[in-house]
Amino acid sequence: MSLAPLIRRDIARAYGSGGAWLPVLFLLLVATLFPFAVGPDSRLLGKTGGGIVWIAALLASLLPVDRLILPDKEAGVIDQMTLRGHADEMIALGKLIAHWLSFGPPVMLAALPAAALLNLSSETLARLEIGLALGTPALAALGLIVAALTASLRGSGALGGLLALPLAVPVLIFGAGALESGSGAAIKFLAAASLLLVAIAPFAAGAALRAGRE
Amino acid sequence: MTLLAMRDVACRRGDRWLFSGLTLSLSAGEALLVRGRNGIGKSSLIRLAAGLLRPAAGTIDRHGAVALADELLALDLDRPLARALSLWARIDGADDHAVAQAMERLSITHLSDVPVRMLSTGQRKRAALARVAASGAPIWLLDEPGNGLDVDGVAQLGQLVADHLARGGAILAASHTPLPVAAGEIDLAPLTQTETHAPDDEDGW
Repeated sequence: MSLAPLIRRDIARAYGSGGAWLPVLFLLLVATLFPFAVGPDSRLLGKTGGGIVWIAALLASLLPVDRLILPDKEAGVIDQMTLRGHADEMIALGKLIAHWLSFGPPVMLAALPAAALLNLSSETLARLEIGLALGTPALAALGLIVAALTASLRGSGALGGLLALPLAVPVLIFGAGALESGSGAAIKFLAAASLLLVAIAPFAAGAALRAGRE
Repeated sequence: MTLLAMRDVACRRGDRWLFSGLTLSLSAGEALLVRGRNGIGKSSLIRLAAGLLRPAAGTIDRHGAVALADELLALDLDRPLARALSLWARIDGADDHAVAQAMERLSITHLSDVPVRMLSTGQRKRAALARVAASGAPIWLLDEPGNGLDVDGVAQLGQLVADHLARGGAILAASHTPLPVAAGEIDLAPLTQTETHAPDDEDGW
């Protein structure tokens, strides 16, 4: 009785249904539209582009929220997992791993063409990718917590955004801060914020799953 | 050997006490059928036995793995039936042979490549029963196992249940129709008189 088959299944479903590519498309769309909105000033784009990618990544992390827990809860999959002796925290951990694997790498990949569209220097791109590698687990963790909290509510898409965005502010601040040169402190703070959210997520989401079953 | 034991169990959903003082024990080779009118708490009893609900009072002991077939299918709708079933078989440590055998016994082998969402009500019920049969768990919890099944389906369910009992399994089923095998019965109706537990029970319901 292990979590591995379920993690594999979650990843296969995310990539198979096209859900994993939705954040990628969103990110590229923002990177394409932004130059139209502010004008083709390459200096301005290069200066603000990194932050734009961060905002886009943060908003993109909300896209899969309603597919994370709710469908499995309604189909009885989570019941069947509980039945097999998996603690709610372990189920949440498995979901977190699968969710990051189908969210983090695609977003990091999409940042490459986005960087070209926004005229980011290779140096800024490198910092952006390091920041995303550290920050996307935090965004995935937040998404999971919100998904578990709102799984027992109907039509909770907008509520999910309201819940997640304030909590995502530190990730955004440190992630965007890490784009400047000589920003070792921001990267460390980003890593710390990410670690904290990832550590809390299985317990918070597990508690929400348990409460939702009563 | 007792596989499932409940002692003095009470069940409350929200503000409503469904039943209390329920004691039952299920040994290897035994089947129990929970009877009672709609809404009396049959499904809640099944979920209590599965550990998906916490009892408001009393203790529940399970010795061995549990397999549950309730109204939730727990199969991925976009996957072909055989692959959807084999996901649970892999989690349970059973092999694909067990899945093939269970599908054979419920006459759904020809549906192996059909996506689960295309299946009819009766076929879905058969699929859920196949998931339970392939799990290899000794304790089966069946909520309305005969719902949606045709005459052949009920006969196959009876054979499946009888074989499981013969192998030393135990079954707790909730249904308002009789099980196709000899089984003890529990009626929940006498256990709903819960004066001591229901100080704020509303009248008129």
